[in-house]
Amino acid sequence: MGTVKISFKLNGCDMNVEVLPNTLLVDLLRDVLGLKGTKVGCREGECGVCTVLLEGEAVNSCILPAVKVGGKSVVTIEGLVKENGQLHPIQQAFISEGAVQCGFCTPGMIMNAKALLDKHPHPSDGEIRSGISGVLCRCTGYRKIVQAIKTASQAGGRK
Amino acid sequence: MSYAFKDFHWTRHIPIKNYFLPKTLSEALNILAEYQGRALVVAGGTDVLPQLRRREIDAEALVDITHLPDLKSIEERGERIALGALVTHASITSSPLVREKAKLLADGAGYLGSPQIRNIATVAGNLVSGQPAADTSTPLLALDASVTIASKDGERIVPLTKFFLDTGKTILDCRREILTRIEFNALKEHHGCCYLRLSQRKALALPILVCGVLVKVDKKRRVIEEAAVALGPVAPIPFRAIRVEEALRGSPISKEIIEAVGTIAIEECNPRDSLLRGSSLYRKEMAKVFVKRGLQKALAQVGFPVT
Ligand code: FES
Ligand code: FES
Repeated sequence: MGTVKISFKLNGCDMNVEVLPNTLLVDLLRDVLGLKGTKVGCREGECGVCTVLLEGEAVNSCILPAVKVGGKSVVTIEGLVKENGQLHPIQQAFISEGAVQCGFCTPGMIMNAKALLDKHPHPSDGEIRSGISGVLCRCTGYRKIVQAIKTASQAGGRK
Repeated sequence: MSYAFKDFHWTRHIPIKNYFLPKTLSEALNILAEYQGRALVVAGGTDVLPQLRRREIDAEALVDITHLPDLKSIEERGERIALGALVTHASITSSPLVREKAKLLADGAGYLGSPQIRNIATVAGNLVSGQPAADTSTPLLALDASVTIASKDGERIVPLTKFFLDTGKTILDCRREILTRIEFNALKEHHGCCYLRLSQRKALALPILVCGVLVKVDKKRRVIEEAAVALGPVAPIPFRAIRVEEALRGSPISKEIIEAVGTIAIEECNPRDSLLRGSSLYRKEMAKVFVKRGLQKALAQVGFPVT
């Protein structure tokens, strides 16, 4: 099976990689590029823990062939941290509100929250809930997750 | 090919050998022809990828049509609205044109899967998958949609009522043909419409029952001029409840007629007992409730609340 060369932007950096035609984006990120922040659970598009931003939109990287991101921009949870190591306001809010239990869903939740706040800086509770409706929290701590996203939006959690 | 679920539910491997991203329609059709049925068309891939991984379908190569030009637009063309094959559920739900002139489709598309799925899953793909519960099928059936299918022999336009054959099966051969366009009626002021959906949870849950309703009223005579009622998944394919529509056509707006067509709706459904979706009896009863509720909502929109 021949490899395919793709170029894309990952967390703001230019990437040139060779992938197989059947490599999924989540496996490229985790196993080849070593970015283990993005989690993988169901591999079915059901649980949302593998969410990344593709051209600013939340997508499930477990059902996205890596070749599809050629020429596009991808942001993962690692891309939210500032260069000086300072956490993104949404990440900060998840910590301060106690919205992380085992933490498995957290990257997916935060990436969906980011996509939401980029579009609607001040979402209603309902909009927050539908914004994260594609991520399953196995620990079921939804209340605090919603609260954290609210806190982040009040703190201007866009950047 | 049949593998036991236990053998493959956990594999991560997608068994394809090639992935093509053609730049033109003819290039895509040529690749499909070369592969003689061993290559499969894919757009968003939200159905195809999991099915390949679970070995429910088999393909040597995927022909990804997302780089084809001119298939992303949502346009009004006279009395109709045309969607390119690459229009996603998210763009339908947020399109001002569709929200204004085909609200039930915008609503249906907004229920599918999750935000992440709606961002890449296409409406055309939702039709091609041929599932009787597909969230855009019943609204599009009610809107008298037709689809354009391209193949090496040229194009053909098929009404959606003739498109579905059986669960997971349509007249389109997705190893040789490509659905390029969907067209449907743009609604006017004297139209009322709604989409109703019953599911176990409010998000990321397959529907137990879906119903698209459309009415056109003669306001002066207080008469239902035309009605369209589409139902799924209460038969192998989503369908228009023709006898319900016939009974409504030309009838004065009244509580009695709504009650009467609810009973007819039961006779038009043939759902199976399902552990996932409930018993046949329950879903027939709910089909009646939904047809009645849908008509009440649609009529209320055009100024005729019937309670
Ligand atoms: S791992 Fe991607 S949705 Fe569950
Ligand atoms: S914190 Fe454990 S899955 Fe959400």
